[in-house]
Amino acid sequence: MSIFQELSNRDRVFEFLAPAASPVDVRHGPILYLEDVSVSFDGFKAINNLNLTIDDGELRCIIGPNGAGKTTMMDIITGKTRPDTGSVWFGSRHNLLTMNEPDIATLGIGRKFQKPTVFEALTVFENLELAMAADKRVLQTLTARLSGEHRDRIDEVLKLIGLSQLRNREAGILSHGQKQWLEIGMLLMQKPRLLLVDEPVAGMTEQEMERTAELLTSLAGEQSVVVVEHDMGFVRSIAKKVTVLHQGSVLAEGTMDQVSNDRKVIEVYLGEGA
Amino acid sequence: MSSSQSWLLRPFNERSTQLFLGILIGAVALVSILHLVFPEDHALHVSAYTVTLLGKYLCYALLAVAVDLVWGYLGILSLGHGAFFALGGYAMGMYLMRQIGDRGVYGDPVLPDFMVFLNWQELPWFWHGFDMAWFAFAMVLLAPGLLALVFGFLAFRSRVTGVYLSIITQALTFALMLAFFRNEMGFGGNNGLTDFKDILGFDLRSDATRLGLFIATGIALAIGYVVCRGIVLSKLGRVSVACRDAEARTRFIGYRVERVQLFVFVVSAMLAGVAGALYVPQVGIINPSEFSPLFSIEVVVWVALGGRATLYGAVIGALLVNYAKTVFTGVMPDAWLFALGGLFVLVTVLLPKGIAGLLRRRKKADDDDQVTGQEVTA
Repeated sequence: MSIFQELSNRDRVFEFLAPAASPVDVRHGPILYLEDVSVSFDGFKAINNLNLTIDDGELRCIIGPNGAGKTTMMDIITGKTRPDTGSVWFGSRHNLLTMNEPDIATLGIGRKFQKPTVFEALTVFENLELAMAADKRVLQTLTARLSGEHRDRIDEVLKLIGLSQLRNREAGILSHGQKQWLEIGMLLMQKPRLLLVDEPVAGMTEQEMERTAELLTSLAGEQSVVVVEHDMGFVRSIAKKVTVLHQGSVLAEGTMDQVSNDRKVIEVYLGEGA
Repeated sequence: MSSSQSWLLRPFNERSTQLFLGILIGAVALVSILHLVFPEDHALHVSAYTVTLLGKYLCYALLAVAVDLVWGYLGILSLGHGAFFALGGYAMGMYLMRQIGDRGVYGDPVLPDFMVFLNWQELPWFWHGFDMAWFAFAMVLLAPGLLALVFGFLAFRSRVTGVYLSIITQALTFALMLAFFRNEMGFGGNNGLTDFKDILGFDLRSDATRLGLFIATGIALAIGYVVCRGIVLSKLGRVSVACRDAEARTRFIGYRVERVQLFVFVVSAMLAGVAGALYVPQVGIINPSEFSPLFSIEVVVWVALGGRATLYGAVIGALLVNYAKTVFTGVMPDAWLFALGGLFVLVTVLLPKGIAGLLRRRKKADDDDQVTGQEVTA
């Protein structure tokens, strides 16, 4: 085809003309779609032909032994690691493999790390303020002003995560569990479409765990939530659908009961998961 | 409420900035009055020499504030800020050279002395325009800003941070020093630019001009401080701290870390350039030694001594160390570097937060009151 024909093709939308912040298209069901994704580090296949589909509004738990590729999978979705092969789509419009971390975050994928990382030198309030969905370009950030509406939103989240009393204290003084909560709060401020939550209850007491479970289940529906967790009791308490990863690919998928009765899963976990 | 104000006005509500500006304006006014009012043989008279010396200190203080902005709040330890300082200085030096006109030793109406001496027939292209003050003063900001922009763009895009970045900044200033040493570069080589006559038509050797330059430096420091403080108090300042402490996290909540770093780095480089430009007419010379890595490291020592991430600490550090340097190099010149090194070690061990850390500890009770006050209003 000659260049002229190609340029005059009226169906074609040039990339630079497409709206940059177009909404996520979930009319076809899935909000996250990974197909045949593989990545290897120095010959070690961390992810091996992984296929995974998350539906809009779903709460999905992902379990698997250490080294199963759970964190690498999150790195790929959030743009930190590029896979060797495969494709990753957010809705049916956004190819995540062509985007960088801030773009993906702005698009609506929030991530909580395995080790809680909050900004320790800033106050709890400021941590939430920074995470808040806003225009995050440099000059807009320099001239940003905090409106009453913003304050209300931050107050709301502070109440939800139970840190209202500590709002003006530095985040560095928080306990491990409180930091986990603050990080979840920061996720909420981002108003993401999809939350990736890596080991949310590590280091939490039984009570804190219960509240976390409540919070995560209440989020599902409006947002899609993917939880990676080791704690089987916790997974059982929140999960409708569980995916088991093993050596970089999906070993089993189904309800908790189905999965824990799966012969292959029992083999991998040696009864630990059942 | 302070958070709803424009970012440049916010610092004026802050007690530490009010105090800083008050002391700075008071000190500059006092020195000016003592210089003008009392006759030369009076005990309270401040000589023109002292005025210029203080002006030089204030230039250093502005440079220290620029370094503290990137080091204290952004976590970028620049060991090459002397390069931006020197570039600003050279831009000013080129203007002052062109102002000499035909009063040079060789009397050439256009070419500066060193070019006549090197047998150059015409002005190199990059010397054009520097006979106009507005162009030269714009270059004071643009030359360091552009270098910082290109350097920062490449470094931050590749996510070079920490000690590697420090080493590259050090290499940058060293490379520039070697380049400026060469006569072929067209900046006077080894000797640099000197023998200045006047600035904006005012005789540089007159006491009145010297006092004017001192006051201008005081104003520049005040403006630079307010600009930095404005950035620090803005949301961008908090994002900078976030980049400093947890870069990856900042990316995952949607900020372009490399652009934040680039913006703050360029602002800091421009401030350093202004400091250099005010420094040159007061000391009367600019040569490649300002690019020396040692000088840039010294600046970092001032900031560490004064206390990082406070801005006023950087000013205190720059003033104290340079005063000590003036005294020390007068009494026993060879021992100065040992004294500086010793001071650095002592402060690192005994006062990790510098002199500002000491002041802060006193203020702590005060701040706690403020925190509870905020809670009530929020």
